Amino acid sequence: MPIDAAAEVIANHPLSTDYNVLALAAPAIAAAAAPGQFVMVKAGAGHDPLLRRPFSVFEVLRDERGAPTGISLLNKRIGVSTDLIYKAQPGERIACLGPLGRPFTVVDSPTEAWMVAGGVGLAPFATLAEALRARGVRSTLFYGARRAQELFHLDFFRGLGVELVLTTEDGSLGERGRVVTPLERRLAAQSAAAPVMIYACGPEGMLAAAATTAARFDRPCQVSVERIMGCGLGGCYSCVVRMRNGHGGLHHVRSCIAGPVLPGNQIVWD
Amino acid sequence: MDLSVRIGSLALKNPIIAASGCFGYGVEYADVVDLESLGGIAVKGLFLAEREGHPAPRIVETPAGMLNAIGLQGIGVRRFIHEKLPELRARKAIVIVNICGTTVDEYVELARILSDAEGVAALELNISCPNIKEGGITFGCSLRGTFDVVSAVRKVTGLPILPKLTPNVTDVASFARAAEEAGADAVSLVNTFLAMVIDVETRRPKISNVVGGLSGPAIRPIAVRMVYECRQAVKIPIVGMGGIANARDALEFMIAGAAAVQVGTANFVDPFIWPKLFGGIRDYMQRHQIARIADIVGTVDTRARDNEWISS
Ligand SMILES: Cc1cc2nc3c(=O)[nH]c(=O)nc-3n(C[C@H](O)[C@H](O)[C@H](O)COP(=O)(O)O)c2cc1C
Repeated sequence: MPIDAAAEVIANHPLSTDYNVLALAAPAIAAAAAPGQFVMVKAGAGHDPLLRRPFSVFEVLRDERGAPTGISLLNKRIGVSTDLIYKAQPGERIACLGPLGRPFTVVDSPTEAWMVAGGVGLAPFATLAEALRARGVRSTLFYGARRAQELFHLDFFRGLGVELVLTTEDGSLGERGRVVTPLERRLAAQSAAAPVMIYACGPEGMLAAAATTAARFDRPCQVSVERIMGCGLGGCYSCVVRMRNGHGGLHHVRSCIAGPVLPGNQIVWD
Repeated sequence: MDLSVRIGSLALKNPIIAASGCFGYGVEYADVVDLESLGGIAVKGLFLAEREGHPAPRIVETPAGMLNAIGLQGIGVRRFIHEKLPELRARKAIVIVNICGTTVDEYVELARILSDAEGVAALELNISCPNIKEGGITFGCSLRGTFDVVSAVRKVTGLPILPKLTPNVTDVASFARAAEEAGADAVSLVNTFLAMVIDVETRRPKISNVVGGLSGPAIRPIAVRMVYECRQAVKIPIVGMGGIANARDALEFMIAGAAAVQVGTANFVDPFIWPKLFGGIRDYMQRHQIARIADIVGTVDTRARDNEWISS
């Protein structure tokens, strides 16, 4: 059962002129959240903007004793709601409903975990990396952004022992180009006998490339999709993803309740 | 305090109904909302067959509103009866089934099937969905079509029938009258307003169907006016909706003439809105010493007054 919190803003850390991390006091949501789940957040009071926005749970915040106290959101300013979330002040209260949706399936050793993130698609991987670490799973993060200044929280992942493979579109850090290029190279080099689970989150084009590349090498791939969402609870049928069902038919699936994590090989990419 | 209302032969414990298409099939909300506490649940529009609906994107936000073109994706009436109705029944929900067809015969067939199903309280005839080309709104935009659908369904069912009217006509009251003459027990209004949003940077529409239906607080004053007009045109009860976001808004519709109201878009914003609506209505009844909520229906006093501008 999702929890409805009027969550107080604890801190707002700007990462760049477009990105910030918003920390919210929401212990019950934090305690219940699994990697890959999301919350529906209402920015601002009143009717404009009207609808909530879905956000991956970025971090689960904890006190000194390790008890969950809240969550953080990785926000990229692209519209009215994300602009309000970029500017939110400590002490403000933000309506936050969650955790919602189906989480990632966390693999066990000896399967390796390869996370593939594009831009703000990094969001679900901080909690996934922690869960993988707790199970002793060898993990790699393939992480691409436009430029070096938009590759965030690298030390956090390094601290968890995650191997980083970075790309930037302008070549300012890591390999120049798209993040799926090094993923593909690594897949080609990996022995077919060594099990790998691929996790992907990011822009649609990147997700399609990651999922089709994984399928080409016969590797499973869980993708976390981002769709325009009205309610987050399965009520409005806005956030659908076109998927193949077992019998060769196509079907619109609500990503809020069947996802956001979905099997990449069943999604029909336009 | 008595919150109960009647819509023809249908007795509801309170006047607040979940609007069709905004509450899934009801079961999606069972974790969040006590389904039994609602006056009723109008489930998502059903055709005879399953439908996949329009491609995404299907919604876009607008000032104090949203545009949708879902395209009536749905599981079809038979799967609804087998997969959803038993749980709704177990949870003691009052189920109003919203039905949609491309021909009069399809409405009749749907009404027949649902009349035999256990746990259906009423039928809402969706003759007003603006997002599909065939059927639906073509009936709702013609007086003849409205009359024909309602009278054909009337012949095959004893369930209360509520044709749901579109606001995309010049004179909605004449459609309420056509529905009444055809034997409707009540009318529901309004469905969404046909509208459009264009991204000026790309010059492309923001939803795949190009146009869609506008809902939410932005449409409320127009919807209230339409309920008011229909109240004067027909004797049958009116179920009013369009932009209700709090108890005050619900009361406004009732005072304009609605015997009950539906809440759609606001449930997306706050799925915990339901107890707040009941509480707000009770507060109002207490403040105004109203014993039965049904007594405020259609009691608008048309001498103008705006207390938010003039305090004395
Ligand atoms: C996403 C969405 C889906 C809808 N689907 C239906 C539907 O299946 N059948 C129907 O009669 N009305 C449908 N409607 C219209 C609503 O039931 C309601 O008439 C309208 O949204 C106005 O009320 P509101 O402003 O409270 O949302 C839908 C509205 C929305 C926003």
